[in-house]
Amino acid sequence: MSAALDPVFHDKPAHRALEVEAIGVTKRFGPFVALDNVSLKIRRGTVHALLGENGAGKSTFVKCLLGYYKSDEGDFVVEGREATIARPADADALGMGMVYQHFTLVPSMTASENLVMSRSNVPGIIDWKAERRQLFNFLKNMPFLVPMDVPVGELAAGERQKTEILKQLYLNRRLIVLDEPTSTLTPQEAAEVLGLVRSLVEMGDITVVIITHKLKEVAAYADDVTVLRKGKFAGSGSAKELGPEELTAMMIGEPHAPKPVERLGGPDAEERLAIRNLKTEGELGRFGLSIDKLVVRPREIVGVAGVSGNGQKDLVEVLGGQRSPASGDVLVSGAPYHGGRDEARRLGVRVLPEEPLRNASVPKMSVVANMNLRRFDHDEKGPRRWLDLKGMNERALGMIQSYGVRTPSPEAPIAALSGGNVQRATLAREFDGEVDLLVISNPCFGLDVKAVAEVRARIVAARNAGTAVLLLSEDLDEVMELSDRIVVMHHGEIVHETPGPGADALDIGRHMVGHG
Amino acid sequence: MDNVGMVLVALIAGALRVSTPFLFVSLGECLTEKSGRINLGNEGALVLGAMTGYAASYETGSAWIGVLAALVAGGGLGLLHGLVCSLARVNDVAMGIAVMLAGTGIAFFFGKPYIQPSAPQLPVIPLGFWSDAPQIRSALDVSPLFFIGLLVAFVMTWAFKNTRTGLVVRIVGDSSDAAKAMGLPIDRVRVIATTIGSALAGVGGSFLSLSYPGSWNEGLSSGQGLVAVALVVFARWNPLACAAAALLFGAAGALGPSLQTVGITQGYYLFYAAPYALTLLIMILTVAPGRVLRGMPGELSLTR
Repeated sequence: MSAALDPVFHDKPAHRALEVEAIGVTKRFGPFVALDNVSLKIRRGTVHALLGENGAGKSTFVKCLLGYYKSDEGDFVVEGREATIARPADADALGMGMVYQHFTLVPSMTASENLVMSRSNVPGIIDWKAERRQLFNFLKNMPFLVPMDVPVGELAAGERQKTEILKQLYLNRRLIVLDEPTSTLTPQEAAEVLGLVRSLVEMGDITVVIITHKLKEVAAYADDVTVLRKGKFAGSGSAKELGPEELTAMMIGEPHAPKPVERLGGPDAEERLAIRNLKTEGELGRFGLSIDKLVVRPREIVGVAGVSGNGQKDLVEVLGGQRSPASGDVLVSGAPYHGGRDEARRLGVRVLPEEPLRNASVPKMSVVANMNLRRFDHDEKGPRRWLDLKGMNERALGMIQSYGVRTPSPEAPIAALSGGNVQRATLAREFDGEVDLLVISNPCFGLDVKAVAEVRARIVAARNAGTAVLLLSEDLDEVMELSDRIVVMHHGEIVHETPGPGADALDIGRHMVGHG
Repeated sequence: MDNVGMVLVALIAGALRVSTPFLFVSLGECLTEKSGRINLGNEGALVLGAMTGYAASYETGSAWIGVLAALVAGGGLGLLHGLVCSLARVNDVAMGIAVMLAGTGIAFFFGKPYIQPSAPQLPVIPLGFWSDAPQIRSALDVSPLFFIGLLVAFVMTWAFKNTRTGLVVRIVGDSSDAAKAMGLPIDRVRVIATTIGSALAGVGGSFLSLSYPGSWNEGLSSGQGLVAVALVVFARWNPLACAAAALLFGAAGALGPSLQTVGITQGYYLFYAAPYALTLLIMILTVAPGRVLRGMPGELSLTR
């Protein structure tokens, strides 16, 4: 049995956790300064929250710390000694690792295979019996378990996140960076994962840096907090002492977050969207959709609550024309609707699916081109054969301005934008023009405080102007805040319906997990 | 022996004989695709391997040196494909077609002098020794390359699960993000996998020219290398399934000739088209819209 195989918690010197200090770190990409003279101290055995809006430089900072980028100026001091971190392997040698927002587990491999292969000293021929024994001993000391023999691509997001953390512990890390660890998790999963991280830190084995923009998480789980704004240090302090107002002010540079917009007036009687007896084929042994009746009226937001993976995605795919139903009817303003482009234009249907970079954009095309996907071949004057490049450009620039999309240039490929900015750019496109029916899935996923308020305000404003909105969200708070009516999806069916105002969150939660 | 029996024997013989090039090319392609790269150039490696193998066997007098030469020639072609595809903005499929044309072109150019002479052949393993029937005896004369191919299939299956190298190939092929995060040399892994894969295709080619009836001519492959690429999809990137699929296609390929031996000549060309019809059918059945291809390496893409 080699020493390198020994799991973390067998040898346990006190205070294995690392202490790191950054001094005047600067990183430029061409003329763009992503990180401007940032200094901060990450104390031993604490949870340090790195807070900031999208594009504030949080990710750039940790990538410099972990050797993925080489900082242009400044130093990192690890354990009181200046450290040269030029490559990820240098950070690795110091015991620092990261859990990415986009998972880096290999989807087709099991958790066991992923863990073993993440080690740098895997033998040429892997003795699975011995490895399994080692893993078992390692897992015995872990405060949580994950299925080890299922391909990780089949695990739920929360379990994958836990596997990532497990991997870092397995690698003997002493400082772990978590990049927006809860952005893909349900509230219950998020609380579980962060609680775990908290308990691991309190055992004194690791220091954790957590990148987030959720103020609730900072207050509940962090010791220290540092706020970045537009690449600059904007403030720091104890998470217990800094209140949400102060943190918001530091993040957005203004004292107050925008106020939520009120819903005005009630729904009309007309059925703008009517779904009847809709069924889809299940896939790979999973259930398909089976919706008896779902109606959305003008000037109404219908919120669909549910644990992710209960058919919400299928429903959006049907309405977006990405999936054809096996049977049933989808009617928009009384006319049959199949999700085609011409139909969508004629009936004023707009769909914003989740993961807009994958589902609603052409990643390698420019921001301008992506913002014109709905109208490049058909504008106010009717169908076009020759593109109106000037008009497209102007329209895109207008949207970039009014939605505050941060992009290196309007001609940059949309894939180069941060997640929140892709979301803004696609939102801008889908809100543009006359919208009669808006289907929108997790619209605030990965957005910061200010952007969330802004997006929600736009949804409510569209509703007040007479748009019928079908809102699917994994964030129950969001559904409760915005909806006139709430339906709950479970295993592809609608199992519960309740008026939005005054809805009981606990009751909805019970239906979400199938205990009506 | 009755006609049905004879057709069956011929089919089995075909499965054992005709399957060998399919086996090698599909295993080579499987390895390459597992690393996240497509190599349509394996058809070129097959033809070049057939020519080189035959030429080397003729010049040296040893068929096994011919096999080795085919391996090197195929590997060289794969190395070229791998290296060029590592450059930014090079498309796997377009480059693969170029390599395919280059491979066959080179083989035709240098192969002209070897169309006439006859080279030493590979030995056969007489598995039909127990039978008196000459049909069975000749049907069960199996090339050692077939067994080497089967062995490669088993070794690959085992290696993808139990060796560091195998798992590294899978990681690189399934998630380049994960590979980058682990600091794996993605391009190098793919170049090596492509080279070895193409070398296997070259060996498959040497079977074409160095086994019964054993000759080199320009119509030798007739697209078997491309059919083998389709086989990999059908086999869901699983080496053992590749072997099974190769046997199935071998049997299909033997349908025409074996029916001919019992005197069925009607629709003769139709039966000869069996492997291609089977390819089409399988493609239609397995890649119908709305179906997810299970087991497909995540990095495989037509558009890269």
